[in-house]
Amino acid sequence: MSVPLEEVKKIAGLARLSFNEDELKAYSGHLNQILDYVGKLNELNTDHVAPTSSVQDTDGPLREDMVHASLPTQEVMKDAPSHQDGFFRVPKVIQSDGGNP
Amino acid sequence: MKFETVIGLEVHAQLSTLSKMFCGCSIRFGAAPNSQTCPVCLGMPGVLPVTNRTAVEYAVRMGLAVHCDIQPHSVFARKNYFYPDLPKGYQISQYEEPICLGGWIDVEPEPGEKRKIRIHRIHLEEDAGKSVHDEAYISGNETLIDLNRCGTPLIEIVSEPDIRSPKEAYLYLHKIRQMVRWLGICDGNMEEGSLRCDANISLRPVGTTDLGVKTELKNMNSMRGVEKALTFEVKRQTEILSEGGAVIQQTLLWDEAAGKAVPMRGKEEAHDYRYFPDPDLTPLIVEEAWVREVGESLPELPDDRKNRWTADYGLSDYDASVLNEDRGISDYFEDVVRETDNPKTAANWIMGEVLRRLNEEKTGIENLKVRPGDISHLIRLVNEGTVSHSAAKTVFDHIAETGDTPDKAVEKLGLKQVSNASELGDLVQKVIDDNPDALKKYLGGKDALFGFFVGQAMQASRGKANPKVVQDLLREKLNALRQSES
Ligand SMILES: [Zn+2]
Repeated sequence: MSVPLEEVKKIAGLARLSFNEDELKAYSGHLNQILDYVGKLNELNTDHVAPTSSVQDTDGPLREDMVHASLPTQEVMKDAPSHQDGFFRVPKVIQSDGGNP
Repeated sequence: MKFETVIGLEVHAQLSTLSKMFCGCSIRFGAAPNSQTCPVCLGMPGVLPVTNRTAVEYAVRMGLAVHCDIQPHSVFARKNYFYPDLPKGYQISQYEEPICLGGWIDVEPEPGEKRKIRIHRIHLEEDAGKSVHDEAYISGNETLIDLNRCGTPLIEIVSEPDIRSPKEAYLYLHKIRQMVRWLGICDGNMEEGSLRCDANISLRPVGTTDLGVKTELKNMNSMRGVEKALTFEVKRQTEILSEGGAVIQQTLLWDEAAGKAVPMRGKEEAHDYRYFPDPDLTPLIVEEAWVREVGESLPELPDDRKNRWTADYGLSDYDASVLNEDRGISDYFEDVVRETDNPKTAANWIMGEVLRRLNEEKTGIENLKVRPGDISHLIRLVNEGTVSHSAAKTVFDHIAETGDTPDKAVEKLGLKQVSNASELGDLVQKVIDDNPDALKKYLGGKDALFGFFVGQAMQASRGKANPKVVQDLLREKLNALRQSES
């Protein structure tokens, strides 16, 4: 299996990673090695296996709808590079619709 | 060329649970910024989400109410994108296997014309936080972030592209809003954002079935806003296509103040969310017994109730719709009807006095001091002739202010109707004696003046006289006078 360089660039972009040309080549190599390794699974015949998203296909625990104490705001802000009046301060958001796609 | 409009709506409803979708933080509106956050909804490493049972139940409730198939097995997936109000870098949603599939909502664009709008799916997800675009910070190239809303449970209701006009879109949205409020799963407030609606819209030549190029409309903050934005976009696309142009696939933001939709600023990248099943959550299993239990706990639904009222109570379609708009008012009417055999009179009381009063006081029916039993009692007092209809309205307002019982209110206000013929006889005689001109004209043949005498007598009694008795007495006396004249 071989992922084209363009595809690697795109995936890096989606993950907000930037590589120079040498790094790009190196990571393409790593990525392809990983995919080849995982590709072994394709040798299995899965014609009669339903798509499985979790091996723990049991009734997962549900939580009762009860309010628990939240963190104190000072604690929340502790690792924030910048904050003001209880808000996080971040670089200006370009999109103008509040960002809920 | 004539075009057909094709609209699909995506409606997000914030579920009115107490806590968030995957953690125990409160979702109370209006709290201090970031005061309702914890390691789970802040997206700290090493935490695990645990699904809120009530949020799942609410999704099932909605699904059953709009005829969906509830899926015994559904899967939470990660929708990956970067945005400052999404600290994990992904939103937990449902993608390939949502909790509800299929379903429909009926709308009635014209009286008697039913249109079935199919629902494609309903899925569960979590809301993102809020960006606050405060001027002072924007000038410094900064945005403020409040994550209180982050993790609030949502259902997204996705329609099929079955909607054929902005009006139908409005009616469909109206039905959804009515339903979520009716079921008590969302307060339906579009202005505050607890109900949000995005629209996909395209046109195609009438008679064709392929879908045209669509645009996506966002940022509509009211139901009328949705209708207006779609009307604007139908016109815009019609103009482009009529001139032989091509519609560009893009996202438009509705600007309510300017009355137009403008392309979203910034570079529009093709979305690539790289959905995959969330390994932190096992599949959501909803047992058949649970679905049955939720189904049995559903209240009578708005359309069913409306049909029963028109059939059993003889209410008009319009009256039934007005009374059925809000569950509280609808239940109130049911309570009144249970104690009276006069459903139409009860309907008039509620559409008239009760709604007027609620409107004046800007309050909900649960705060009204006049209880359903008081209305049925008032109806009885009018029917028995104890109070006149107009006096009953005064009594109503008195109860609304004091909470007195109807009997006590009638007594306090001294509004007990006078039906005693000898007592009223003197009063009627005085009205005749006091109006010699009118009497002369009446005896001369102006029959229409009869109403004048009735009005004078009612006024003289300050509304307390029984109008029926007054009329009988007047007729008797005036006829006698006429006969003695001739
Ligand atoms: Zn939390």
